[in-house]
Amino acid sequence: MKDEGDEQRPVTRRALLAGAAGALGAAALAGTPRLVRGQQGAKAAPAPLTPADPTKAPGAPTSELGARSAFVHPVRGPTGEIAGSSSTPLQDLTGTITPSDLHFEVHHAGVPRIDPAQHTLLVHGLVDRPTTFSLADLKRFPQVTRIHFIECAGNGVLAWRGNVLGRSDPGLTPQQVAGMTSNSEWTGVLLRSLLEEAGVQKHATWFLAEGGDASLMARSIPIEKAMDDAIVAWAQNGEPLRPEQGFPMRLLLPGWEGNTNVKWLRRLELGTRPWMTRWETATYTDPLIDGTARQFSFEMDAKSIITSPSHPDTIERGWRSISGLAWSGRGRIARVEISTDAGTTWQDATLEGQPLPKAHTRFTQMWNWQGAEAILMSRATDDTGYVQPTRAELIRVRGPGTAYHYNPIYGWRVMANGRVFFHGST
Amino acid sequence: MSNVGRIMLVLAIGASAGCRDPQSAALPQRYELGRTATTAAIAALDIDAAPDGAGLPQGSGTPSEGAAIYAAKCASCHGAKGEGKPPVYPQLVGRDSADEGFQFARDGRRVRTIGNYWPYATSVFDYIRRTMPQMSPGSLTNTEVYALTAYLLAANDVIPLTTRLDSASLVAVKMPYADRFVRDDRKGSSVVK
Repeated sequence: MKDEGDEQRPVTRRALLAGAAGALGAAALAGTPRLVRGQQGAKAAPAPLTPADPTKAPGAPTSELGARSAFVHPVRGPTGEIAGSSSTPLQDLTGTITPSDLHFEVHHAGVPRIDPAQHTLLVHGLVDRPTTFSLADLKRFPQVTRIHFIECAGNGVLAWRGNVLGRSDPGLTPQQVAGMTSNSEWTGVLLRSLLEEAGVQKHATWFLAEGGDASLMARSIPIEKAMDDAIVAWAQNGEPLRPEQGFPMRLLLPGWEGNTNVKWLRRLELGTRPWMTRWETATYTDPLIDGTARQFSFEMDAKSIITSPSHPDTIERGWRSISGLAWSGRGRIARVEISTDAGTTWQDATLEGQPLPKAHTRFTQMWNWQGAEAILMSRATDDTGYVQPTRAELIRVRGPGTAYHYNPIYGWRVMANGRVFFHGST
Repeated sequence: MSNVGRIMLVLAIGASAGCRDPQSAALPQRYELGRTATTAAIAALDIDAAPDGAGLPQGSGTPSEGAAIYAAKCASCHGAKGEGKPPVYPQLVGRDSADEGFQFARDGRRVRTIGNYWPYATSVFDYIRRTMPQMSPGSLTNTEVYALTAYLLAANDVIPLTTRLDSASLVAVKMPYADRFVRDDRKGSSVVK
């Protein structure tokens, strides 16, 4: 269905800075008539002009907003849908924080343009004091800043569905296989602070979270999540939320499927049962092999993907690092293993830093490739003891036509000539 | 840990708690932030309709009334008979004997429609009222939403063509596959579900 982002198209490349030379600054070029082409530009775009020796002339002056190097142009894709998704280019990123302008998007009726001075959050229903909060009100509460991933429930549909329909698609990139997950530092107020302020009543068991976009997207959430770690966030990576991420305020339910992290949050209603909105019945429910459909499947299972090397890389013989991301909606990543022989043997990868709960964790391992064909895989284990399953195991327990929450082990096939292709049959 | 170590740890925790307590004690139960929401302000936003009928407005409509509205306002995207325009505009109508087993997970090509999948009829009303039609959401009257809901349910053989839907009769509609929906039983641990 539409929500799963089935019809991903090839990633389009944003036109490079129209005037690459202009970005360098006229001053930098004035004394350097000899310009050379850079070596690392994108295949599709001509390399930007650079001075022959950047130490022999002053560079560009200060500016209001920083821009990426003219040699670097990661982009989301696909783009252009008001009810659709764009994915994060995981293969272009390092570390764990997703740059805000590359955070994946899913919209059901486009990105609304909202005046923060006009926007309010209404809390009503089973509360003693129905209350309207402005953005300024929210910022006066005790605040929290936490790093969490958000992953769309449909992340991975392209790799899953393509296989089901018998289309082997080795041309998928990490962005297309798993790019509907992103990781940010979020700042906001704990939802329980707002509910306590409004006087949430003891018999409230569910709440409805509703967005202020043209879809009025709404999800029913158990009250336990509100009292646990739910946040009403207004900032992302040190600045106000991006419009695509819910400006001026969004719900953040750490570890839960992306759709429940309601953007442009305008209303919270406390009640005693779920509302059964379209997004928790017709969609975001998971058909199972036994002829049922799983509902309110909030938590994202542990998952990982190698982002380097990956398609469309061509690698060279010798030592290199294998690197990727792992995450779990239930807690911390406890272990990531890597196989270079299609899952026959596994070795523990190194986890960078201290894994945070419900956050992306970067893993790496050195590998000495000597030219033989190889299939690389990663397998995550979280601190509940859950181990990322193979595709075959997921099909066994859920069925080939299941939807959402795809977390199979993914592989990359390295050909003898060094070219790398997606390998989804695990 | 030795007893001495344990005592030291207890003392350390006690000491840190002691540092924190005076500050916490200074914080009130409430910060008295935000404005009291009036009944009118709540009513202006509170549009949800639930399976128990809470939130369903006055009004009513029949499948035949809905058919005319559908043709005028919905068919351009969802097709003359609700067949949809995949993948952008979902199929709304479609239910046959092959749906009886609810075998979506066995066959990924099976398309989920209102008739063969949606567990609650009120969700149809709630969704249309929230956001349809896509290019002018919120433009339909409650009467039109009742009529469109009636049309779509009748087209899926869920209600007779003669049914007039209002809040009471909509709540009474039992969707064919409602009993197929189960709550999440995944709990982490080593078990893959």
